[in-house]
Amino acid sequence: MKYTLRIYRKKRSSDERYWQDFIYESTDENETVANALTKIDVKWECSCMQEKCGACAMIINNTPSLACGYKLSRCKNGICKLEPLRKFPVVCDLIVDRSILHENLKTMKIWLRQDADFEKDKDSLYRELAYESSECIQCGLCLEVCPNFYLGGDFFGASTVPLTLRLLSESDRENFIENAKLYVKHEFEGCGKSFACKAICPRHIDTERMMVKLNRVAVWKRRK
Amino acid sequence: MKSVNIIGAGISGLCAAIELARKNIASNLISSMPSERAQSVLAEGGINAVLDTMGEHDSLEEHFSDTMKGGVYLEDPVAVRDLVSSAPDIVHTLSSLGVPFHTQDGKIIQRNFGGQKKKRTAYAKSSTGKMIMTALIDQVRMYESEGLVRRYPHHVLSRLDVRNGALISVTVNDLWSSKSICFSGPCILCTGGLNGLFSPNTTGTVLNTGNAAAIAFSSGVIFSNLEFIQFHPTTVEISGKRMLISEAARGEGARLFTYIDGKKSYFMEEKYPELGNLMPRDVISREMALLEREKHISKFYLDTSVIKEHVWDEKLSDMRKEIISHLNLDPAKNPIPVSPGIHYFMGGLRVDNNHETNIKGLFAAGEAACKYHGANRLGGNSMLGAFYGGMVAGRNAAKQASNVKIKEGTYEDECLENSLGSDELSKILFSGLKIIRDEETMLRCLGKIDDLITSYTPDSIDRKRALLGYAFLESALSRKESRGSHYRLDYPHPHDDFRKRSCAFIEKGKVKITFEDLEVHT
Ligand SMILES: Cc1cc2nc3c(=O)[nH]c(=O)nc-3n(C[C@H](O)[C@H](O)[C@H](O)COP(=O)(O)OP(=O)(O)OC[C@H]3O[C@@H](n4cnc5c(N)ncnc54)[C@H](O)[C@@H]3O)c2cc1C
Ligand code: SF4
Ligand code: FES
Repeated sequence: MKYTLRIYRKKRSSDERYWQDFIYESTDENETVANALTKIDVKWECSCMQEKCGACAMIINNTPSLACGYKLSRCKNGICKLEPLRKFPVVCDLIVDRSILHENLKTMKIWLRQDADFEKDKDSLYRELAYESSECIQCGLCLEVCPNFYLGGDFFGASTVPLTLRLLSESDRENFIENAKLYVKHEFEGCGKSFACKAICPRHIDTERMMVKLNRVAVWKRRK
Repeated sequence: MKSVNIIGAGISGLCAAIELARKNIASNLISSMPSERAQSVLAEGGINAVLDTMGEHDSLEEHFSDTMKGGVYLEDPVAVRDLVSSAPDIVHTLSSLGVPFHTQDGKIIQRNFGGQKKKRTAYAKSSTGKMIMTALIDQVRMYESEGLVRRYPHHVLSRLDVRNGALISVTVNDLWSSKSICFSGPCILCTGGLNGLFSPNTTGTVLNTGNAAAIAFSSGVIFSNLEFIQFHPTTVEISGKRMLISEAARGEGARLFTYIDGKKSYFMEEKYPELGNLMPRDVISREMALLEREKHISKFYLDTSVIKEHVWDEKLSDMRKEIISHLNLDPAKNPIPVSPGIHYFMGGLRVDNNHETNIKGLFAAGEAACKYHGANRLGGNSMLGAFYGGMVAGRNAAKQASNVKIKEGTYEDECLENSLGSDELSKILFSGLKIIRDEETMLRCLGKIDDLITSYTPDSIDRKRALLGYAFLESALSRKESRGSHYRLDYPHPHDDFRKRSCAFIEKGKVKITFEDLEVHT
């Protein structure tokens, strides 16, 4: 099957943008957009090729997606339109600068100060939540679709939610007081509850359930 | 402030940074992409440590002997002893950093893994590496906020400046601009396995291009045991790579079978009744390759029917989702078609017990280094080795930490990273270094690589990669025996004369191979 890979390019950050078509012949019905991209001379980021690292996030046929999880066969009429994520500065072609994700986690002071107590903790339901939160691959797709997130704003979007929740595993919950304040300022107050993040997340992270859980502790001051 | 440079931010690089920060020494943590994208996040099955929580009277001695036996006695016994005795503390540390290991009644539960008679592998479902990475990244973030770790997350190694056998500085290039940065002082290389030399035929990430290793090799670093490449018996081809079906599936009871003369055969159980499907990976992959060669069998399957629904849910849910998504097949209902694929590199930068290479001030850890896994690594020992090696390297590099001088410059706007997908070198290496090897094929491939080397401009990254590729083949040709993952038709048995470590290095522009005793350290 013949595909047209229609790519929104920009060779350097200072250059003008332009569309370029590449004709690509695929013989494998399971072939992904990521694999097709390895065959043409365009800059993009990839690492795991199996939806586990978040590197290859981009917009495919108007939907923010992971290129290694998007099969070419999903492209209607053989057209595969590829653009870099729009919420972040473009570095080159399909590569964007997502360092804001990292910076926001630092601003939110997301790290355990003391021991987590899973080994002693009999609450396996809670461990399950911590497992789910650790699964976030920092791809940024949730920020791309969020109606309230913009670069440089006070609202940090869903990508800090899972890792904030993980902090509840700390044995000394007093430590969470500072994180709770930061959570209220950068998450709770700016969220319009559209939960577009939950629908797009490639790791199926339930950000809504996580926020409900965090609100109990951070906003309504319950213990867990 | 005194600092050390670390290149690579997977498990080993992060552990080195943590170890240094705990000693109040700063690090420049340089990596081609942020840690969330490192191969370590792909690790699934678990990490080995004698916790003895399963009522099987497990012991450090048995972890030691299983590791030595699995590696066919080619690892340094002193180093392995240190590794296994540190393992229980490492797992408890990880647990306190928030890794949600599977527990029951307040105890970490352990699962079976290949080459080990006792349940010794601690796990978090089938995403253990991801859970460990999240916890380590979290800790490093704390040190970043204190100024003890400075990250350079889109930079690649471009040069090691070595004078009189000592490292003077490392230069890295920013992939997002034409800026380069030169850092003086000691450096720890944590750049992972050599997947990029066998692309796209590995289960690992394309991020580990092998370029850093190629630069190190051309700068005078000795590489050991390159001939030992682990083929994992249960992988499947997906778009652009090989996907691993973790040993955890067999740990939970899945069984390998094929059809011999039209009859279903659980060939591993029939030939090796004691460990059966959990024999070390080299043995299983070789059995499959031999069946293919001798009986022209090319289809193998993993029978998962014994795995109960609740086990899929509680322990293997991620794996099941992934198989459904990539193969359109529910492994709980159908056997999985599998075949061997390249999974791990036992060889790498030769390091002493302080994790220092032959170049003073240059250290290595994780899959990039050759230390604990002999001729064949046991599943679950690699994350352990990466954690422990990172710690040891950090501890020893700390002693040489200096006031790092940073000099910025520019480089020609040519992206250093090799293009993705398969290149000529990968094709040659993959055809010469299969599970079953013979002299004639390897010599033919060596000739082709020689042609490649002469065709490239001196000092180019392609030439350095080709020289490292040459060293792979020369190491395999020089080891005239079969041991672990290195199986030669012309020398099908192990030989005591070769219970030695191979060493590849460049002398007067040519690749040389020597063998050294296992307990000799520089
Ligand atoms: C699918 C899969 C499953 C696995 N499962 C298990 C398991 O269950 N148990 C187990 O013990 N082991 C497992 N392993 C092996 C284990 O995950 C790895 O060996 C280990 O994580 C390697 O860690 P590392 O720190 O050495 O390197 P990596 O995690 O590979 O990190 C390498 C780092 O180096 C950087 N880098 C690479 N090249 C350059 C360069 N030129 N310049 C700058 N930076 C560079 C990368 O960006 C990255 O940050 C598995 C491996 C795979 C592929
Ligand atoms: S929450 Fe989901 S969409 Fe957002 S960064 Fe994490 S993995 Fe990506
Ligand atoms: S390459 Fe890792 S998610 Fe696509």
